[in-house]
Amino acid sequence: MRSAKAPLIWAALAAVICVPIAFAAASPLLEWRGPLYMLAGFAGMIALGLTLVQPLLIAGYLPGLPAFRGRRVHHWTGGALLLAVVVHVGGLWITSPPDMIDALTYTSPTPFSPFGVTAMWAIFAVALLAALRRRLGMRPRTWRIAHMSLAVLIVAGVTVHAMLVEGTMETISKAALCALVIGVAIKVMADVLWRKRATSRGDSPARQ
Amino acid sequence: MNTVALSRRSLIAAGGSVLAAGVLATGVSGLLLPARAQGLAPTESMSGGSNNYRKGAPIVERIGKGGFWMSGTVRRAGDGAPLAGQRIQIWAHTPEGQEHEPQSHGATLTDKDGKFRLEMPQIIPIFGQPHGHLAYDSGEFKTVFLRPIMRSAKEKSLEAHFVLQPA
Repeated sequence: MRSAKAPLIWAALAAVICVPIAFAAASPLLEWRGPLYMLAGFAGMIALGLTLVQPLLIAGYLPGLPAFRGRRVHHWTGGALLLAVVVHVGGLWITSPPDMIDALTYTSPTPFSPFGVTAMWAIFAVALLAALRRRLGMRPRTWRIAHMSLAVLIVAGVTVHAMLVEGTMETISKAALCALVIGVAIKVMADVLWRKRATSRGDSPARQ
Repeated sequence: MNTVALSRRSLIAAGGSVLAAGVLATGVSGLLLPARAQGLAPTESMSGGSNNYRKGAPIVERIGKGGFWMSGTVRRAGDGAPLAGQRIQIWAHTPEGQEHEPQSHGATLTDKDGKFRLEMPQIIPIFGQPHGHLAYDSGEFKTVFLRPIMRSAKEKSLEAHFVLQPA
């Protein structure tokens, strides 16, 4: 049983991220888009996928990656998420500068833009804090509160942004991925809060 | 009485989007309340309306190969009188070109009833929304840029209405 479970979890994770991307790759809209615009779009989808991977890693839910090892991978995938966002925004900027400037200045007519831009700033903020937290002498508790608050913004921003965009992604596979991103984030945050509360009270971290 | 069908998108947008207000304002003042024409308010430019605008697009029979209709009206603020012979410029992202490309742009003139109608290629979603762009930018009246959104990317036509005030 145990040997079959791990590959199944990894396969499910790969499917839930890759199926929406495969659907998008088959979108007829791509025919009328330039390479940079396409790259920007797929970078956005990869960013959405990484938003699902991040909490799974930090919680140690992925087989073969217990929390202490998942944490290290989490740093790298966090860097990849940052890069994906930069490619997404940069590619869209080059494709249509006025539309991107509207979005970044929160003056865009498209309702999804402020959600995406807010998530972008939150991702930048987490990356910056992660890089500077030692130098700033940030206490673990402060760091945790800051990171989790920003993570809430990221998860909400990224998923609402993705759902409102009418683009190359297919609706059902996109909705499934977004629902999972939200579900996993809630589960992991609830676990972290529960564990912290339990340990600070001196109880056993085990439930019940 | 004034049943404005709100799509999921525009409902969500209503919270923060200036656009929703713009669309509703245009729709309500331009279409649904002709009885109030006496005080007809001028149309405000929509946010993002002027993006990828190319001044002086030529007047054309149709843009590219056609297959999609952009139509609307141009009226005067205050009394709502139709404005004939007004030049309206239209552009959008279509299978024949991106928004900024010259072949995606064209202009037409309003008829004696202040109506305009120009055939163009199918509008396809760009930057997350299937939308078109229209401009009145001829100087006699104050410049107005519109950015109407299609309810569905499958639609074959789109409308936009101008109420202009003297420059």
